[in-house]
Amino acid sequence: MTSGMKRGNALIGQPIERVEDLRFLRGRGTFVADVNREGQLHAVIYRSPVAHGLLRSVDAQAALNLPGVHAVITAQDFGADVPVIPLRLQPLPELVPFRQPMLAHDKVRYVGEPIAIIVADTAAIAEDALDLIDADIDALPPITDRAGAELGDVLLFDEHGSNSAIEWNAVRGDAEAAFASADYTRRETFKVQRHAALFMEPRGFVAEWNANEEKLTVWGVAKVAFANRTILADTMALSENQIDMVEVDVGGGFGSRGEFYPEDFLIPFAARHLNRPVKWIEDRREHLLAANHARELECDVEIAATKDGKIIGLRGQSWANIGAYVRTNGSIAPRNAAQFMSGAYAIENIQLTTTSITTNKTPTGTYRGPGRFEGDFVRERLIDLAAKDLGIDPVEMRRRNLVSSDQMPYPLATMTPFESVTELDSGDNHALFDQCLAEFDWSEKVKLQGKLIDGRYHGVSIGCFIEGGAAGPSENARIVLELDGSYTVYLGSAAVGQGIQTIMAQIAGDALEVPFDRVRVLHGSTSHVKSGFGSFHSRSTVMGGSAIVLTAEALKDKIRDAVAPTLGCTPTEVTLDGGNASGPSGGVVSIMEVIGEPIEAEAAFLNKKYTYAYGSVAAHVAVDPKTGQVDVLEIGSTKDVGRMINPLTLNGQSVGSIVQGLGGALLEHLVYDKEGQLLTGTLADYLLPTAGDFPNIHSTVVELKPSPLNPLGAKGAGEGEIIPIGGIIANAVAAALVDFNVEPLELPLSPPNVWRLIETAQKT
Amino acid sequence: MKFPSFEYACPASLADAVALLSEEGDAMVLAGGQSLMPILAFRLAAPRLLVDLKNVPGLDTIKISAEDVRLGARVRWCDIEKHTGLSAAQPLLAEAISHVAHYQIRNRGTVGGSIALADPAAEMPGIAVTCDAEIALTGKLGERVVPAAKFFLGAMETCIQPDEIITEVRLPLWPSDRCWAFKEFARRRGDFALAGVAVFYDVDANGCAANTHIGVIGASDRPCRLGSAEQIINGAFLDATVIEAAAEAASNEIEPMEDHHAPADYRCALVKTLLERALTRAMA
Repeated sequence: MTSGMKRGNALIGQPIERVEDLRFLRGRGTFVADVNREGQLHAVIYRSPVAHGLLRSVDAQAALNLPGVHAVITAQDFGADVPVIPLRLQPLPELVPFRQPMLAHDKVRYVGEPIAIIVADTAAIAEDALDLIDADIDALPPITDRAGAELGDVLLFDEHGSNSAIEWNAVRGDAEAAFASADYTRRETFKVQRHAALFMEPRGFVAEWNANEEKLTVWGVAKVAFANRTILADTMALSENQIDMVEVDVGGGFGSRGEFYPEDFLIPFAARHLNRPVKWIEDRREHLLAANHARELECDVEIAATKDGKIIGLRGQSWANIGAYVRTNGSIAPRNAAQFMSGAYAIENIQLTTTSITTNKTPTGTYRGPGRFEGDFVRERLIDLAAKDLGIDPVEMRRRNLVSSDQMPYPLATMTPFESVTELDSGDNHALFDQCLAEFDWSEKVKLQGKLIDGRYHGVSIGCFIEGGAAGPSENARIVLELDGSYTVYLGSAAVGQGIQTIMAQIAGDALEVPFDRVRVLHGSTSHVKSGFGSFHSRSTVMGGSAIVLTAEALKDKIRDAVAPTLGCTPTEVTLDGGNASGPSGGVVSIMEVIGEPIEAEAAFLNKKYTYAYGSVAAHVAVDPKTGQVDVLEIGSTKDVGRMINPLTLNGQSVGSIVQGLGGALLEHLVYDKEGQLLTGTLADYLLPTAGDFPNIHSTVVELKPSPLNPLGAKGAGEGEIIPIGGIIANAVAAALVDFNVEPLELPLSPPNVWRLIETAQKT
Repeated sequence: MKFPSFEYACPASLADAVALLSEEGDAMVLAGGQSLMPILAFRLAAPRLLVDLKNVPGLDTIKISAEDVRLGARVRWCDIEKHTGLSAAQPLLAEAISHVAHYQIRNRGTVGGSIALADPAAEMPGIAVTCDAEIALTGKLGERVVPAAKFFLGAMETCIQPDEIITEVRLPLWPSDRCWAFKEFARRRGDFALAGVAVFYDVDANGCAANTHIGVIGASDRPCRLGSAEQIINGAFLDATVIEAAAEAASNEIEPMEDHHAPADYRCALVKTLLERALTRAMA
C-alpha cells in the first residue's frame, strides 16, 4: 500500500450512495438521444433484408427525390477502398479476411447488415425514404447453423474456402495420457443459445464536423473512446487530435455497447460529407439485429476422473457460431470458452479446441462473462453428471477439485494462437465455497432435493467460478488541484453504468487525504487525458483506481516540492493536510496561497497480469413438470474481490449479474428461421428478465485475499456471478427432476424445453 | 420506429366518427393506442387518417343491469380492475383481465381495442367467446350486434367493416352460484399467454354440471369454445376422472399454431394442464 493511503481510508470500503443517481432519478441524465446540435439532420440505416446474397446495385433515386432527404450514402461514396471495422483485441492476421465493411458492397452476409445510410430533415422522413430504396440482391442460400456451415457447399467468404474462420486451442498437461489412464470418463454434447447483452437504451450518435477548424466531435461513445478515436481517425483519414469523442450517460454496456460498429463510422462520415451535424438513434428492432450477439456455442466435451472423484482431464471440441464477421472483439468469447472452461477447479490435463464458424447471422462479440458463461455451463454440468455416476455428493466432488490456496499461483491452460499464459493468483476457493453453503443454509435446503411439493419439484445446486479482470496495458489519470482547493480527477476509464464517478472519488479522496466532496471525477471523453483504455474485462476499478492512486502520489510530491521553500524545509519533511501544508518547525501555510495557480499531475498505471476474483453461487429452484416452468426460489452467492471500494455498488454488480445470468439460463433467445430471418425482433419476443421475475437473491462480497498486482489490492468484479448461472440452474433443474432422470444439456431452460425433457424421459 | 404521416381527427360524436370513417376509407380508429401505436411505428399499417374516439361520449361506461353487463368500447383494463361491482356481476371477466399486460398498459388499453385487434392470445376476446357475448357495432347503416362466436374470423381478423366502430361488448347475465375459473400460462407476468382457458358451468338439481362453457386462447388462430370437453362435463358429476377426460378431449380438439414461443404439442399439453387446473379450481 502506498504511504498516502495509510492514514485516510475513510472512504474506501464505505457504502457511499452513488453520486450519479441523484441526476438520473431527477431526470437530469444526458443520454445520446438528449444531445441536439443546431441544424442537425437525422440518419437511418438501410439494412439488408436477406441473410445472404450478392449485392448487384442500390438504386436510391426515388429516396433522393423525396422532399426532406439530403443524401443517400452507399459504399460507392467511399471510393475504391471500403473501410472495414478493425480488430481491436487479438488482431491476428488469420482474422483479417472476416472483417466487416462499414457498408456492404459486393455481398450481404446477414439480415440487418448496413447497405446505405439515409440522411433527412427528420427521422420520420428518413424512414419514409427507406421504403423507396431498391437494392438488387441475388439471394444465396443462407447458412444459419454449424451443420450448414460444415457442409461447405455454400461459403460466406469464397476466397477463404471454408466457413471455419479459426481454431483456438487450450492446452495443459497431457490430456491423452490422462484419458487413457482414467477410471471414469463421460462425454456429452451441449448447446448454449444465441442471446445478447441488451443494455437499457439502444445506441446512438451525434456527429458534427467543423469545416473551418477541420475538427470532428462525436457524442455517444462509450467503453473504449480512445480506441474508437484511433479507428475513426484511420478510417476517415484524420489525425487523432482532429477528433473529440464525448462520453454521455449510458444505461449499461455489458461488453456490447461502445465497441466500434459500422454506425460509429457512418454517422461521422455523413456529418463531414454533408457538413451538417447528423444524429442517429438506433431503435430497438434495429438494435436486436445490429448490435453484437453473443454466446451461441455447441460443445462436445469429455471429462476424466478417478473413481474417488478427482477430475484429471477435460478434452473436446466446441463450435462458436460467430455470425457473419469478426468485429473488434469477436475472438474473445470463443477463445475464453476453451481457456476458462476449467474455471476454479484444478484440472491438470486439458485439450480443448473452439472453432469459430461463420454463419449468416449478426456478428457476435463480448457479453458479460464472454465464453465463461458458456464454458461454465458445460463444466458444472459435467461435474454433476460425474458425481452422480460415481456416487459422490456433488458438494464433496467440488471440494475435492477446487484449486486450493496453496496450489496458487495455479496456471490455467495455455492458449494459442495469440498465445496467452495466465494463472489463478491469490484466493481461497474452499473458504468461499463453505461460506456460500452456510449462508445458503445448504444442509437444510438439500433435504428438499427432488421432492414434489404442491405440484412442483424442488432442486438445489452449487457451483464455483473465477472472474478475470484488470486487462492491461495501462490506464491514465490526471489530477488537478484547483484554485478553490478542490481536486478534479480526469480519467481514461469509461462510465457504463457501474458508478465510477462515485468509486473513483472514494479512491481519490483517500489517496489525496481529502473529503469526498472535494473531489470531482471527469472520465471517458478523449479530451481529459493523453490516452485511455476504457471499461471492459472488469478493469475500471483496478486500472483506473490504481492510476488515481499513483497520480495522487505524484501530485502530492509536486505540491511538497512547491511549498517546501516557503516552509524552509526539504520536500520530504512537508506534511499535507487538506488545503494546508506544514513543516517540521510547525509552520502552516495554505497550499493555494503559496502556489497561486492550479497544479496538476498525470500518471499511468501499467499492468500485464490479470486479477482473479473467486466465488460460489447456490440456487434453489422449483419445477412444474406439467408446464415446464422453472421458478427460481432463491440464489445465494459469495465472492472475494480482494478489496471492496464500495459495498453498495459491488452488491449491485453481483445481483445484476445474477439476474442477467438467469435471463440467459431461462428466458433469452435470439431465434432465427432457416432463411436467416430473426424471429425475435421485439422485446415481446425476446424475453428479458424484469424486476419481478427473480426477487430473492442474496449476494455476499468479502475481502479474503488482496490482489498482489495493484496498490489497491482490488480485483475486477463487474462480471462474476453471471459466469456459472447457466450451469447452476441446469444442475438445480436436474436435481429437481431426478425422478425422471432428466439431464439438461441445452440452454435456455424454457418451459417448452423443460417439458420436452420430461416428456422424452417418461417415454424412454 | 417513427410513425408514417397521417391525418388526425378527434370527432365529438359517434355519428361524426362514423362519417369520417365512411368518407376516408383508409382510416383507423384510435382508442387506447396500446397496439395501434406499435403497429404504426413498425409501419405494419399506414392509414391516411386516425379517428380518435376520446371525445365520443358514452363509450367509457360499465353498466350492470338485471339482464347483462355492458362494457363501453373505451372502458380500460384499469376501469374493470377498479370496478366494485364486476367481481360479483362478471367474476370471470374480472379475473381474466387481471392477467392483461402491465400497469401502464392497463391504464390505457381498452376493451374495444382488444376486441378489434383480435389477437388470438388476448384475454378479452377469449372471455367474449366463452361467455357468448355480443359485440355492438355502429356504421353508416346504423347499429348491428354480432355474437362473439361469429365476430372473430382469424388471427387479427374480424367482421368489422371499414366504416364501423365497436361501441359495446354485452356479456349475458351471470348467476351468482355459477362455478368458474380462469387459468393462463405466460412466460413472464403480463406477457401474452402461451395458452389460457376460461371455464364456467352451472350445477343442476342433481349436483351435475350443466351449461358448460370452455373457452381457450392462444391455441389457435382465434379464441374458441371446446365443444368436446364441454360435452363431457355437461350432465356429469365433476371428479378427477371426468376432469381428466375433459382435459384430454380439449387437448385433442385443438390444433394449435407452432411458433418460436412454443411447439404445437407443448400447447396441446399446456391446454390439457390448464383445463385440469381450471376445472379443479372451479369445482372447489
